[in-house]
Amino acid sequence: MIELTGVTKVYDQDKPTRVDAVRGVDLTIDDGRVTVLAGPSGSGKTTLLTVIGCLARPTTGRVAIDGDLVSGLPERFLTEVRRKTFGFVFQRFNLIRGLSALDNVMLPAYPTGIAHAALRDRALALLDHFGLADRSRAVVETLSGGESQRVAIARALINDPAVVIADEPTASLDGARVEQFLTIAAELKAQGKTVLITSHDPRITRAALVDRLVAMADGRIVEATS
Amino acid sequence: MRAAFERRRHLLDFAVASLLRRPAKNVGLIVVYALVVFLLASVMLFGTAVRREASAVLDAAPEIAAQAMTMGRHEMSTAGDVAALKGLRGVRRVEPRLWGYLWDSAGAANYTLKVPTAAEPGLTVAKGEAIVGEGVARARKVSPGKMLFLVSPAGKFLRTKVKAVLPSTTALVSTDLVLVEEGDFRAFFELPPDVWTDVALTVTNPREVTTIAEKASVKLPGHRFVTRADMIRTTEALFSWREGLALALLGGGLVAFAILAFDKASGLSAEERREIGILKAIGWETSDVILMKLWEGLLISLAAFLLGFAAAYAHVFLWSASLFEPVLKGWSTLYPRFPLTPEIDALELATLAVLTVVPYVAAIQVPIWRTATADPDVVMR
Amino acid sequence: MIFHPANLALVAASLLTASVIVAAAIFALRLVRHWDLASGAERQIRLERTTYLVSTAVAFVLVVEAVTLVLFAFTADRMAALFVGAMCAVGTLNASVYGFPTLWAKIAVFFAASVWLVIDHVDNRGRDYPLIRIKYLGILLLAPLILAEAGLQLAYFLDLKADTITSCCGRLFGEASTGTGGDMASMDPAHALILLFGGLAAIGLVGLAALRYRAAQVLHGPASLAMFLAALAAVVSVIAPYVYEQPHHHCPFCILKPEYHHFGFALYLPLFLGTGAGSAAGVLALLPQRASLATVSPAIERRLVHASLFGFALFGAIAAWAIARSGLTLFS
Repeated sequence: MIELTGVTKVYDQDKPTRVDAVRGVDLTIDDGRVTVLAGPSGSGKTTLLTVIGCLARPTTGRVAIDGDLVSGLPERFLTEVRRKTFGFVFQRFNLIRGLSALDNVMLPAYPTGIAHAALRDRALALLDHFGLADRSRAVVETLSGGESQRVAIARALINDPAVVIADEPTASLDGARVEQFLTIAAELKAQGKTVLITSHDPRITRAALVDRLVAMADGRIVEATS
Repeated sequence: MRAAFERRRHLLDFAVASLLRRPAKNVGLIVVYALVVFLLASVMLFGTAVRREASAVLDAAPEIAAQAMTMGRHEMSTAGDVAALKGLRGVRRVEPRLWGYLWDSAGAANYTLKVPTAAEPGLTVAKGEAIVGEGVARARKVSPGKMLFLVSPAGKFLRTKVKAVLPSTTALVSTDLVLVEEGDFRAFFELPPDVWTDVALTVTNPREVTTIAEKASVKLPGHRFVTRADMIRTTEALFSWREGLALALLGGGLVAFAILAFDKASGLSAEERREIGILKAIGWETSDVILMKLWEGLLISLAAFLLGFAAAYAHVFLWSASLFEPVLKGWSTLYPRFPLTPEIDALELATLAVLTVVPYVAAIQVPIWRTATADPDVVMR
Repeated sequence: MIFHPANLALVAASLLTASVIVAAAIFALRLVRHWDLASGAERQIRLERTTYLVSTAVAFVLVVEAVTLVLFAFTADRMAALFVGAMCAVGTLNASVYGFPTLWAKIAVFFAASVWLVIDHVDNRGRDYPLIRIKYLGILLLAPLILAEAGLQLAYFLDLKADTITSCCGRLFGEASTGTGGDMASMDPAHALILLFGGLAAIGLVGLAALRYRAAQVLHGPASLAMFLAALAAVVSVIAPYVYEQPHHHCPFCILKPEYHHFGFALYLPLFLGTGAGSAAGVLALLPQRASLATVSPAIERRLVHASLFGFALFGAIAAWAIARSGLTLFS
């Protein structure tokens, strides 16, 4: 369970370019459910996602994961929590060019010091699971959009996180691929993982799979179903 | 422990991969880096090789050389002086020597004319014969069996047949040498029969060299006594100084290189910046990125160091340091042409590494740190 | 000043480490004043980020110090040809009053920097930067030491003049000479051996006790340093003559040379490991105990004590081996 209390996030605090991206959010995200943060661009949903995912510290407010306060942690431990708890699927997939699909999937586990052979086996199993066994050696530039997304999902799962975070997952996908993404999301939910998605795509926000929809505007939560 | 090792290995793997992915970006840096190593290594390898040659030559020098002095100028030693030195206790052998310089207008160079002593049994010459140094042989285009003509400043003429050319292993000091028979030498320079250029002393116990030199100078106050240790010290100091000076001059280049390295490490492309952001977002920590980048720097250093050092090695030992021979050798017109004896010295390698790798790593630290502390959430913005 | 290439490299490296540590010290002052982990303000985030740079920089300084320590000893050896009476490093170091102090300062900096890095490593494992203030006060202690070392070394090289008449190891570590070197050399070999192996036994006991009692662990620090000095005395007095197989050659530097198969490295590396790890364990035991390190720190301290004991044991074994295989008999 992730609990946010009075979270704000300000960029460029003491500069004229100051942006108040999140202005006081209280939110609880339950385990094992699919939650969607919806809202137009600039509503602060992606910023909130970075705070929840421990990519950034809140300017004020508290973030607790399973009762442990993480908002005051030094970067080194925040990173450790992030690595163990969250898997990220970014909007533009953010795969590292020039490396193979397999290498990309293995990357998040490098700092853990896991033995190379074990890591390789795990990555290959994930790629195989997503139907990419024969593409594991392919350089990521040669992959299609759907393949890239599945590599990105495999990468998000390599450290076996409890929470999978997807930022605008359908922004660069066509209809059939959206279905495929929803299938994978359902599968993750079935495995007991928490899924957190930002989207303003009705194909996602209205999907039957979604347990909870949180609408944001102007850095605040304006509407939440439960 | 094992995990810490595996982490380092993974990060090294990634560093290798990312260097290979962007060969073009680092080629320029490696070339400049290797050039810096090449210059410094050439100076050092050459300096050491020359010092070693010189000390090899000095090993053959007499333990003490006695020279008569008049008004502070070098004077000929007489038979009386030789007899006085022979009376010294602790002196095993006293050898009067004959040598002198000759300006050869034909070759436009200075030669050292010398009579071989009994201590050099391999270099005996009969009347009318000569053994010449490699530089002389080259300048006068002579080889064993050919004739060599010399003209003294007084117009005396010496006609010799070249018996041998001195091996090039000791060329630095012997390149301008012409060895002739004693009678020929005296006739050529019009010397009376009982004077010598100087006197070489060999002592029984090498530890007593200084004491004997002191005793001898009491007995012959008009003489100057130079010990071999003095000469080794002088050449060592001279060549070290020249080498050090050359390195200090290259110091400016080193600073320029460090600035270039700093600049290169700071000026990351948008692509690389994005990559670091991704790595941090998916679970890499600042120190992981720093370590990975340091691996990169070390790999670049290793490549540049090996490249530069190999090139310097070839330059000095295969091409006789043709680039800056004149600066360091400071020789007369007759440059020695000889292969320097190759030798790699661990102390030199360490010095070279401290002079090149240390400034490079120092220069890239701040840029690396700046890159590594980038916010992980930029990839989401 | 002697313009030897290695001297230039050493001076350049020490100027570099000195400026790095001065910058780190200035930052340390700022950190000690403004550190506030609870704050999410940008200043705190900047401070926290800069600690990564300082850790990297001090690690860099340590590596450079280790390399230049060896380089310094070997350069001194190489320069012996320039001085009347010098036959190895001892003569060169003795050619100026700053020679030996520079060497001691370098050794001190090496140990101090390794202790700092150990504290840094421990502190980074605690979730609330439990030792950060102590650590950065430590930088303020380390900085003058490094500056002193750089100053001594510069003074040494500037003071060196070719043709200086100096005395070498035969004289300095000769039995008839006065001063520390002479005292060490003229020590009765039997006493030296008792000091060495008795000292090793004592440090072994202190180390074993340190694994159990905190007070013993505190003691292990100074005990390691004392052992370091005792070991050096034993090297000069008996081990070196055994290696050279000459009863009157006591030099602690010549054993590093190729003529003796670089045997000195095998002897000194374990000794430095034992002393460095031992002093780090001692210092850690002195630091206040923090909740966030309750599980981390004891494990690291145990490993340090183990490493220290291993280092000293290895040193003892290698020394014993050198004595056993030597053709020299000092005792009949």
